[in-house]
Amino acid sequence: MNVTTTRGWDEFMEGVWRQNPVFVMALGMCPMLAVTVSGVNALSMGVATIFVLVCSCALVSLMRGITPKEVRIAVYIVIIATFVTVVDYAIQAISLALYDALGAFIQLIVVNCIILGRAEAHASKNPPLPAMINAAGMGIGFTIGLLALGTVREILGAGTLFGVSLFGAGFQPWVIMLLPPGGFFVLGAWLLLFSWWARRNAGKPVKEAAENV
Amino acid sequence: MSETAFQIFVNTLLANNFVLAMFLGLCPFLGVSGKLDTAFPMGIATTFVMLVASLCAYGLNLLLTAFNLEFLRLISYIVIIASAVQLVEMVLKKYSPGLFRALGIYLPLITTNCAVLGVALFQTAREYDFVQSVVFAVGGGAGFTLALVLMASVRERLQLSNVPDVAQGTALSLMLAGILSLSFMGFAGLGG
Repeated sequence: MNVTTTRGWDEFMEGVWRQNPVFVMALGMCPMLAVTVSGVNALSMGVATIFVLVCSCALVSLMRGITPKEVRIAVYIVIIATFVTVVDYAIQAISLALYDALGAFIQLIVVNCIILGRAEAHASKNPPLPAMINAAGMGIGFTIGLLALGTVREILGAGTLFGVSLFGAGFQPWVIMLLPPGGFFVLGAWLLLFSWWARRNAGKPVKEAAENV
Repeated sequence: MSETAFQIFVNTLLANNFVLAMFLGLCPFLGVSGKLDTAFPMGIATTFVMLVASLCAYGLNLLLTAFNLEFLRLISYIVIIASAVQLVEMVLKKYSPGLFRALGIYLPLITTNCAVLGVALFQTAREYDFVQSVVFAVGGGAGFTLALVLMASVRERLQLSNVPDVAQGTALSLMLAGILSLSFMGFAGLGG
């Protein structure tokens, strides 16, 4: 039992950290940059993506025995599109303001490479439970990325966090952070940070070995 | 909708450039923009797919609206786009095998290019008529090609310059894209 839980945890953490779709694999950039003007938008986009990811991976995995190899991509796309339609109508019913803020990007979850990538690389080869755990990990990893971007852009661009004012009235908002270039810059800076971190960790033993020589 | 065809074209080409202002189609933008000779054909192929997808989506939307089947819109759009990509793939394979190999995995990935689905969804959302839809698709494709070519040219130059190791790769591309996007903001309001 202990072995299986460890494997499940590994499966889960792979998406959250080691293979983080945003920072390590640079997937799903489009919704990433477009909706992250505020923390709330980022969070709801993340939740919507997790739902679609987990449900479609479960269904793809259940159907892996009866899906012909030649048309598998088309099958995956139709499955994903079905769940996205569900999410689209659900958000419209829950909060119209949120629906307007996210705009066409809810429907564009269909073409988020993370989902199709998971379906093809993992769910099509594994039973439903591991597939769902892996999908949930990936989805949470994606949400962390979204939040990292959304909160930084909201703090710098509007001086608020989740709508709560942080700096008082004297703060001069850095509007460029809410505009398209800001998205590119903030994500670039995050990636820079991560590659510096990875390099520092990987570089340590090499450096010590060099000093010994 | 009172936008003229010319206004739509200028808007989608420059002021609301699909890649740099609306964040559509970033995956191929970052993936294929390494070399100029693959960037341009990729842009043309995507433009063609966009045009076909836009035409089909326009017709299909009329049909879906007539039968009150709007909830099937997303699914049917994506199927249409996948078929259009298949068509382009077959044409390229037959007439230009070299190019077909150069584009590699990114060709089938046009299907999951959000710019293509974006064209179809936005034209529906904005209730463009037939001419407007066609101009919108061509303008969007041209804007995508423009961004791709610009980016590829800059990145070819960058290979010769001395960049800190840490910044190599995606981080550098994103910074570049940010600067390009900043300069495209200068076109804001051009289309009226």
